Amino acid sequence: MVELNAAVALLGRFPALTGVDLRIEPGETVLLQGPNGAGKTTLLRLCAGLLAPESGSVTVLGHDLTTGPERRAVRRRVGLLGHSTGLYEDLTVTENVRFWARAAGLDAEPSVERVVGALQRLGLDDGLLDLPVHRLSAGQRRRTSLAALVVRRPELWLLDEPHAGLDQAGRNVVDTLIGDAVAAGGTVVVSSHELERVRSLSPRVVTLAGGTVHRDTNA
Amino acid sequence: MNRFLADARLVAAKDLRIEARSRVVLNQVAPFALLVLVLFGFALDADQRTLRAFAPGLFWVAVLLCALLAVQRSVSVEQADGALTGLRLSGMSPAALFVGKAAAVFVQLVVLEVLLTAGIIVLYGSEIEQPLLVVATGVLAAVAVACTGTLYGALASGLGVRETLLPILLLPVLAPVLIGATRAFDDALGNAAVDGWAWLGLLAVFAVVATAGGALAHGALVEE
Repeated sequence: MVELNAAVALLGRFPALTGVDLRIEPGETVLLQGPNGAGKTTLLRLCAGLLAPESGSVTVLGHDLTTGPERRAVRRRVGLLGHSTGLYEDLTVTENVRFWARAAGLDAEPSVERVVGALQRLGLDDGLLDLPVHRLSAGQRRRTSLAALVVRRPELWLLDEPHAGLDQAGRNVVDTLIGDAVAAGGTVVVSSHELERVRSLSPRVVTLAGGTVHRDTNA
Repeated sequence: MNRFLADARLVAAKDLRIEARSRVVLNQVAPFALLVLVLFGFALDADQRTLRAFAPGLFWVAVLLCALLAVQRSVSVEQADGALTGLRLSGMSPAALFVGKAAAVFVQLVVLEVLLTAGIIVLYGSEIEQPLLVVATGVLAAVAVACTGTLYGALASGLGVRETLLPILLLPVLAPVLIGATRAFDDALGNAAVDGWAWLGLLAVFAVVATAGGALAHGALVEE
């Protein structure tokens, strides 16, 4: 599913990952932790095909991500929730979710039921669906961004601080979402600073420090 | 090919829908375009005959100034909340993204050209003697400006200083379009004895090169 061997990645000239060895099996949930600047976000972006490894090897869903075409090919199979929401302010919640589903290569326009279902699962009530995104709160935007991932049903979920900006109810929804993704056979990698919350999601915790895997526990 | 066209259409429709909602072109760029025509009139302090003589050049300078605003707007909607990263992550072909973005800018430019054409007729007293040449020039120049602007917009946004850098990068490159379109309009408006159709050839070549070059180069610019 995901395999990195001595993977090195640069941010500009700065080596953000200095030699990561990591293997994640299909259907597994892995928690990434580590201090700021440890390389968590870079690792997720590398696995999503947004960054090219400077050296070493990175294979995700059978794609060798050292080549550009393979990096582009893997992106449609991966769902990355990053720090920004990627939403268009002047489009409505529903229009945003549909756009991102179509952009990700879903052959048919996702049905209204599917879009609404995804939004409702994330606690966005019907009254919000036709509102432009610029009228939403930060938490509602975050949920909309997550809904865009849910509709796509990616094989590999890469969630970077998915609880950030959400209230308690929203955080519970994210936990349920991760559980659902795993139950549906998806593989999930979650980066979070909220250790107590995320530890309940998976026994496997990978700790990054200084751009490399410092500890990999499965207890 | 179907995927390419579907993606390009998706991006163009999205950009036009955003424009329809925000009405930036309608409420800000279009009034700016007309204001430019009026200010040119003030600056030249001329009678209508002089304005008619300068109308083609003033028209296309106004189009280029408006194009800068349209391109900057096109870039900024992708930069606002990391949407460009989302587009990269979607696996969409960079060429399809380019064509979609350029197509949306093209439509906006055509709308502005129609408005400016009405402007030079009303304000400057210009008369259209060859409507077909006017339409062909407007379309080809809009393609050339939209494609070049989209490409240079991506380049400037990658450098992080698009607002100030884009005009410096883009306007010199568009000088042949300005010259060709002005000469073609000189003929179409009956201002000068030039062969407007020959100048249209220059615009056609520029449009083809800008479209092909943009589609090929866009990927390198949007990838990190």
